[in-house]
This record gives sequence, structure tokens and C-alpha cells, in this order.
Amino acid sequence: MGVVPRREGSIVFEGREIGKLASNRIAHLGIAWCPEERGIFSSLNVEENLLLPPVVRPGGMAVEEIFELFPNLKERLASQGTKLSGGEQQMLAIGRILRTGARLLLLDEPTEGLAPVIVQQIGRTIHALKNKGYTVLLVEQNFRFAATVADRHYVVDHGKVVDMIPNAELDKNMAKLHEYLGV
Amino acid sequence: MQIFGIATQALFGQLLIGLINGAFYALLSLGLAVIFGLLNIINFTHGAQYMLGAFCAYFLLQGAGTGYWWSLLLAPIAVGILGIIIEKTMLKRLYALDHLYGLLLTFGLALVLQGLFTNYYGSSGLPYRIPDELSGGFNLGFMFLPKYRAWVIVASLVVCLATWFVIERTKLGSYLRAATENPALVQAFGINVPRMVTLTYGFGVGLAAFAGVMAAPIYQVNPQMGANLIIVVFAVVVIGGMGSIMGAIVTGFGLGVIEGLTKVFYPEASNTVIFVIMVIVLMLKPAGLFGKER
Amino acid sequence: MNTTAAASHDTRAGVIERRAARGDRTFLVATLVMALMFVVAPFVGVYPVFLMKALCFALYACAFNLLIGYGGLLSFGHAMFLGVAGYASAYTAKNWGFPPELAILFATGLSALLGLVSGAIAIRRQGIYFAMITLALSQMIYFFCLQATSITGGEDGIQAVPRGKMFGVLDLSNTLVMYFVVLAIFLAAFLLIHRIIHSPFGNVLKTIRDNEPRAISLGYDAERYKLLAFVLSATLTGLAGATKAIVFQLASLTDVHWSMSGEVVLMTLLGGMGTIFGPVVGAFILIGMENYLAGFGQWVTVITGVIFVFCVMALRKGIVGELGAWWTKRGN
Repeated sequence: MGVVPRREGSIVFEGREIGKLASNRIAHLGIAWCPEERGIFSSLNVEENLLLPPVVRPGGMAVEEIFELFPNLKERLASQGTKLSGGEQQMLAIGRILRTGARLLLLDEPTEGLAPVIVQQIGRTIHALKNKGYTVLLVEQNFRFAATVADRHYVVDHGKVVDMIPNAELDKNMAKLHEYLGV
Repeated sequence: MQIFGIATQALFGQLLIGLINGAFYALLSLGLAVIFGLLNIINFTHGAQYMLGAFCAYFLLQGAGTGYWWSLLLAPIAVGILGIIIEKTMLKRLYALDHLYGLLLTFGLALVLQGLFTNYYGSSGLPYRIPDELSGGFNLGFMFLPKYRAWVIVASLVVCLATWFVIERTKLGSYLRAATENPALVQAFGINVPRMVTLTYGFGVGLAAFAGVMAAPIYQVNPQMGANLIIVVFAVVVIGGMGSIMGAIVTGFGLGVIEGLTKVFYPEASNTVIFVIMVIVLMLKPAGLFGKER
Repeated sequence: MNTTAAASHDTRAGVIERRAARGDRTFLVATLVMALMFVVAPFVGVYPVFLMKALCFALYACAFNLLIGYGGLLSFGHAMFLGVAGYASAYTAKNWGFPPELAILFATGLSALLGLVSGAIAIRRQGIYFAMITLALSQMIYFFCLQATSITGGEDGIQAVPRGKMFGVLDLSNTLVMYFVVLAIFLAAFLLIHRIIHSPFGNVLKTIRDNEPRAISLGYDAERYKLLAFVLSATLTGLAGATKAIVFQLASLTDVHWSMSGEVVLMTLLGGMGTIFGPVVGAFILIGMENYLAGFGQWVTVITGVIFVFCVMALRKGIVGELGAWWTKRGN
């Protein structure tokens, strides 16, 4: 996303090398980022938070569609952004990047610190997004959750992609996975 | 007629002066607050930029016969552009460092600007006439209200509240507030944050220059006018809360009035009352009256 | 010291000890050279009055550096200590008939007290807020001095302060005698500052400067240490101000004005914050420059400003700091 200063290797998106681009340019190519810890702005209310990211491509979700996905947000529009619960903030963080028209969504630890009920809700949301045609890059420590939504699993070790396991072949590779993820 | 043992003429006269001072305190601390909010830098050059605004008006009048009303528009733009140049060439490189370097840089720039102008124009004031439309005044019975003074108060209030409105209630303002909190994320959403920062500095500087133009007919145009004022304005900003917009406005006007009243009832303390208040506020509520702890 | 170094020859502690011993030796040599230069200077044509002025400011800058370079606290109000001490020593020497050593002592003590009071107020806050509080306090002192004309003489200041006879024997009206007294005061304070920096107190202070949360977690009362550093800095600044008033036989509003606070920041920045010789170099350069440009009016201000800007943009470690860094790089 252009946020981390030191990068090596190459990142190619839709045939374009984007490794050296500034983060605002990357956003305009159609990549949206939902950061770890959600990044909800405390000096903005929910509505302002929701409408903050600018539309970078046509085809983004209308606000009404977003409210269908996340009905809670509609009731809390005037509240200060950080007054929402953890789960609601996560919904807001995901919801606001859906408006932009980005097709690739980077979700960074969306289930961190959330109750199991909310985690399930997020799982359903990701499935809905997949059905709508979004590509989701999910960074997750909660392997069990990732297994319920992902099509492909990439194992990253010290910044390098060391393996890719399709979701269908997870059971066959449990031993290898335990080795990767084991302490 | 007397109130509290003071003649009403004197009391209201002093109150008016207090309100006028307050108007300038508010305008200047507003500019400082906007700059500090986003850039995290104390713009010591603010006083010099205020002075530049006044000089701009003076030059426009002397050199091109351009009157007051045009100066109100042109001076802030000119000085604002200078501010943008300063930000792009120097301030930008200091963001990664301790914030105190920004203070030191702007302090140095203030010395340069002030020194240059004092060299060429001496330290006595240059005259600037009140525009004809605003000369004269109203007799209100308990006091005489000069038109120009009334204009200054009204104009400052309007500009301050308009700025507040833009920052707190509009989309542009929401970008600014968000970038103050988490610039990296705002940038990742696709907004050119460095450009926003540059323009914000330019706007804050423009506000200072605007105040300078308005000050010219009252305080005369003089290279030291910013230096005398800037320290008091710092105190105002600290009392109000260093990033708070409403804080700057309310505290600015309020402290101007308090200072004016102090002059009436306890003149020896009038110079120091604002600083005393600042020390008290800093001990009790360090983030300022309207500020948020960072 | 030599035997210990030989015994711990190849251990890490040994390396540190040897580096420290080398550092100590370098310091001693450098100080000796500096002292020698100052002793000889008046006899090779450098005006003693200029030297005395520069030495007083060098002391001021060294005292200031103690707070910013080693304590990490930027004060924008140090003029209050310089000026108040100046007024105190001038007033007592002139109106109470104090001999110079007593006047200076009294004024220095007063500075310490002022440092304690203002430090107690300011030290609770950090960074920008700390700087602003010190500025505000110094402004209050300024306006007080402006208005208390019976004590301070207001805009005229206290003039015709007698030089007197130090300890009853040293006739300070003799320029050379005055000079060597000033030099002695400066060197004593300079060595004291070095001692403070390299003491256990100094080490804790540096730890607090570099990582305050860590220092606190190690059990140190950071505020107490910072306050003590503040008071020491204020006291030594007072010493500089008190001496200066006797030398120039004048105490004036200039010394309590906030621009005097700004000047010392520049001297320290230019010379090198956190280096022991930096402030001395910075002070001499600036005073020398002011002297040389005295006929050019406000150009001094402009050039001062330009130097400020240049230092912040390109020479952040200051002259001595950059030299030191370059020297270390060569050694490695």
C-alpha cells in the first residue's frame, strides 16, 4: 500500500508495477486498505468516517447498499466514530472502503479482539463481498477463521511467500501447516 | 455616569479596545491553531507574516494606488504564497524530526524578515489611512463607536466563524481533521496529504496577513508590530488549546476583553494577566481549555 | 587507572573503560588548550572587554546546554535568570555596598531560587508546552522588571555599578585583573558542568533524555532529576548574568527580554547541543559576529536569523557536533 518505507521485490497489480508508488496513487488504481486497529477517526462522526475515502473508480457501492450489509451503521450516523463498539467499528472500516470503487480489498486482521458472534458476521460479510466480485486479500492470525472464507492460503515467513495451499487441500496439508505455524 | 467607580466612557472605551485586541488575538491564534493542528509546528514566523500583510497593504497603496479592499484580498494571497514556498522548501524536511526544530526554523525566519524590514523602514510606524467608507463613527450615548473598529470586530468574527465552519462541518474540513489524526491512512485512501499540508500552512499564513491588513489603519505599519504581538498570541493559543479551532476564537476574544478590563481596574497587571492565566491553565488543564490531550 | 586498563584488557568493560579514559584525557587536553588560549589572548591583541563578554555568554550557553543537550529540555525563558541575576548583583553592589564576590554570590543564589520556583511550575509538562511555559514566565519577569522602576531603573536600567575590590584585594577596575577573575569563574563553572555531566546524576539525566519511560520503569523519579537539572542550569546562568553586570557595570532590560532567550538557543545550536565545547564555540562566534557587525544595524538580526535557519536545515549537530561526528567516522 506504500505505507511501509522499505520494500524489495516487485508488486504487480493489473499488469502494473506498483511497488514504488506513493500510497495515494495506489489507492487510485483501485486498491483499498482496511488497517489493523480499524483506523476510525475520533474527530469525525460515523457519517463523516463512512464518506471520507474518495471514490476512485466507478462501480463502488452506493451508501444504501452498504447500509444493507451493515444495518447498525445507519442508526449511529451522528455518533462520534470511536464511540462505536469494536465490531461496529470494524463494520464501518470495511463499509467505508466499499464506496470507493476499489476492487481489491486489503483486510488487515479484521477479527482481532472481536467476539465470536461478530467474527461470524465478518465471515458472512466477506462471503457476500466475494459473491459481489471483490478480490479480498486477508491477513489473519486466526487460521480457523481464514479457512472458512479463503480460496487460497499463502504462508508468509519473514516477509517472503513460502507456500500456497488451496482451501480444498487444507486437510491433506495439516502437518505441513502445523510446522509453518508452530512456534 | 459611573459603573464600579469607573466612568462609563472610560469603561466602554477600554472594553472596545479589548475587543479589538481580542479580534486580532483570535485571528492570529486561529491561524496558529490551524497550522499546529495539522503540521504540529509552532509557527514563530506568524508575527512576521502578519507584519508582511500590513506592509503589503502599504506597498499596494503607495506603489499602485490599490486601496484597502483589494489589499484585503491580495495581501493574504501574496503572503500565503510565500508561506507555501517556505513550507515546500524548508518545513517539509523537518516533519520527521523533533517538533522543536520547526519552532527553531520559524524563529530564525522571523528574525530574518523582521531584521530586513527594520533595516529598510526603521522602527517607527508608517501611516495607513482608514478607508473613507469606514471613517467616522456612531454615537451610542454611553460611548462613541468608530466605524472602522466595528468593522474589524465584525470582519474578524465572520472570518473566524467561517473558518470554524469549514473545518468542523464540511467535507474538506473532515479531510483536514482526519489527516491530523492519521495522515498515513488518509493518504492510503487516495488523498494527497502533503499537498493538503502545504495548502493548510498557506491558509494559516494568509490569515495572519489578513489580520495585518486590518491592523494597518489602527496600529500603523511597523516592522516590529508582529514581534510585540506574537508572544501574547502564543499564550492565547496555549490557553485555548493548541489544536482547537473554537478554542482559539473564544480564548482570543475573551482574553482581549479580560486584558482590557484589567487595564481599567488594575492597570499594572494588564501586561502580565494573560501569562498568569496561561500558567494557571497549564497547571490545571495542560491541554488547554478546549484542547484534547495528545 | 593504567593497571585497571591492562587487567581488563580484552573484555567489553575494559574497552569501555579505555574509551572513557581516552575521552577523559582528550577532555583534559582540550580544556588545557582552551584555558591557555584564553590566558594568552589579551596579550596578543584580543580586546579583554570583548573576551569578557564572550566568556560570560559562553558560560550562559554552557549552562543552557546542560538543560537542552543533556537533559533534553528546551527552555525559551532562560533570559529571566540571566537578567534577574544581573539586576540583583548590580543592585547589591551599587546600593547595598556589597563587594563583588558577595554580589555575585547573592545574585547566583537568587537565580537558583527563581529556578526552583519556575522549574517546579514548568517541569510537569514536556516538549512544546514546557518551552511555552518558560517563555510565559520569562515574559512575566520582563514586565515586572519594566515596571519595578525603583529597583530596576525601568528602561534606563541600573548604571554605574561599581567594580569594587574582590576579596578586598583584587582591584576589579583594572581591566586585566577583571579579565582573569572572569576567566577563573568561567573555567571553574566549565569544569563543574563537566563533572555534573559525567557523574551518576548526569548519566541518569541522559537516560531520561533518551528514553524517559524506560528510565521511569527502571525506578528513577524523572521529574526530580529534570527539576534538579533545571535548577543547576538556572543557577549557572545566574552566575553568568551576575558576573556580566559587574563587568559592564550595567544591568538592563535587554537581558530579560525574550530575544536573549533566543540568542542562547542559537549559540548552543550553532556550537553543538550535547557537546561540552559546542556552546563555547557558538557563543564566541555569535558575540564576535555581533561585535564585527555592530555598525550595520539590523543586519545582525538578519544574519542571526539566517544562521538559525542554516543550522536547523543543514547543521543540526552544530559545529563541534559535526566535527566530532566526522572525527569518529574517521576513527572507524
